[in-house]
Amino acid sequence: MRPVPWFCKGKAVRDPPRGRQDGFMEYFLQLFFGGLSRGSVYALIALGYTMVYGIIELINFAHGEIYMIGAFMGLIVAGVLTAMGWPTLSILVIALIIAVLYSAAYGYTVEKIAYKPLRGAPRLSPLISAIGMSILLQNYIMLAQTPDFLPFPRLIPDLEFMEPYANFLATSDLFIIVTSIAVMVALTLFIKFTRMGKAMRATAQNRKMAMLVGVNVDQVISATFIIGSALAAVGGVLIASHIGQINFVIGFLAGIKAFTAAVLGGIGSIPGAVLGGLVLGWTESFAAGYVSSDYEDVFAFLLLVLILIFRPAGLLGKQRAQKV
Amino acid sequence: MLELKNIDTYYGNIQALRDVSIKVGEGEIITLIGANGAGKSTTLMTICGVVPPRKGEVLFEGRVINGVAPNKIVQQGICQVPEGRLIFPDLTVQENLDMGAFLRSDKEGIGRDLDQVFGLFPILLERRKQLGGTLSGGEQQMLAISRALMARPKVLLLDEPSLGLAPLIIRQIFDIIKQINRESNTTIFLVEQNANQALKVAHRGYVMENGRITLEDACDKLLANDAVKKAYLGL
Repeated sequence: MRPVPWFCKGKAVRDPPRGRQDGFMEYFLQLFFGGLSRGSVYALIALGYTMVYGIIELINFAHGEIYMIGAFMGLIVAGVLTAMGWPTLSILVIALIIAVLYSAAYGYTVEKIAYKPLRGAPRLSPLISAIGMSILLQNYIMLAQTPDFLPFPRLIPDLEFMEPYANFLATSDLFIIVTSIAVMVALTLFIKFTRMGKAMRATAQNRKMAMLVGVNVDQVISATFIIGSALAAVGGVLIASHIGQINFVIGFLAGIKAFTAAVLGGIGSIPGAVLGGLVLGWTESFAAGYVSSDYEDVFAFLLLVLILIFRPAGLLGKQRAQKV
Repeated sequence: MLELKNIDTYYGNIQALRDVSIKVGEGEIITLIGANGAGKSTTLMTICGVVPPRKGEVLFEGRVINGVAPNKIVQQGICQVPEGRLIFPDLTVQENLDMGAFLRSDKEGIGRDLDQVFGLFPILLERRKQLGGTLSGGEQQMLAISRALMARPKVLLLDEPSLGLAPLIIRQIFDIIKQINRESNTTIFLVEQNANQALKVAHRGYVMENGRITLEDACDKLLANDAVKKAYLGL
């Protein structure tokens, strides 16, 4: 039986530390890459929080559930395709694509149902609506699927050329890191160069003015939710395949961790979310490896507290003085 | 060309505009003067669809435009330079100008208009790659006007372009407003607290008090009006 994964409630260890006797360097690299892969997934989810916050100043508490739903959709697709005897890698790709589309549709719908009617309401109202949506989705999946853990098939095969490095870098870790980097580069290019990307930046900087130059702000908000949800689904499927099991609460802790990452990096800042995710992933990984896996969450949140004391706007967040 | 008919606008339960009627003819420069909080900016936001009116009609080229989404109103050719300029601080000067042309797809025309605004404000060409937030107040105002011109508006709405600027720059900005009106026959609706300057630039003027239009006349007549002199010109 596998251990209870790190993203679940309660005490959690991902892998028991693999052989301290392998030598200091190898152990260090193992923790480094483990932290990097974990941090990339945090970053993927954190991007959704930070982008939505940047545009409408809302902490979308239902974001973790979107991630969880992505993982479930991935499981369903993987189950069907495995039964049909498809090759592993193609299953992974198709599961990713369908999970992304499905989660994106969920993100879009959640915004339309739970947040759009509250635009212009006091800030607390959409926040409460977000918490409600989170509880609703969790319980819906629990009732519609199962309250138990479901095994998730390994969709990332161990590649042969990775054999010599397997001691400190698993293929699935590598795959997660590479995919996350590719997705983040694509996102950066999208935001920098496309029309919608420019509209998003303008809306984040000044919503009223964006309206006045003709940006359809509703469209921008929808696009933000769609993109954020898609990124979360990528993270959900990758991590589920890495860990090997999922249930309906995985979105809760993953969501809190990713939110922490977003705040750590400076909420509203896209590079900040990536940096925050990585810093958090490494902190946890090294804390688990050198101190004790019981303490990884303690260190993660201690880091958050320290950052908030000494840099309240986050690592890359700006406290902007506005010209009047 | 642009007409407000018996407009009532509210913020929640607070009424900001009461029975406001304004007519702006093609090619005119019209000014709306009044004290702080009189409802001048609200009038502009009502025209742009950001704060839709509860009663009355806004007509543009004969069509009713109240209730139309703000981005659709921009598309029809009404563009606003809002109070406080609202430059996108983390976009470069060039990107700010690109945002002005957000709804246009005619690359050539955009390039020509870009040359034109750089001709009007050479400083912007110099600062092209700089972030909008790093410009001085006067430069930001120039950028804000240029950004609006990039949309090639039929009607340009200006909200207190002189706010917080040095007298020399104010004069320069007003000269350019006249020039824009003259050269490209752009209709201009100018909201100002600086009544003296505004009345000198505009053809006709409206005076607003507590959300109502209280006076309406040709600018030279308003400049000579005793009540206006006393209340707004400090004479």
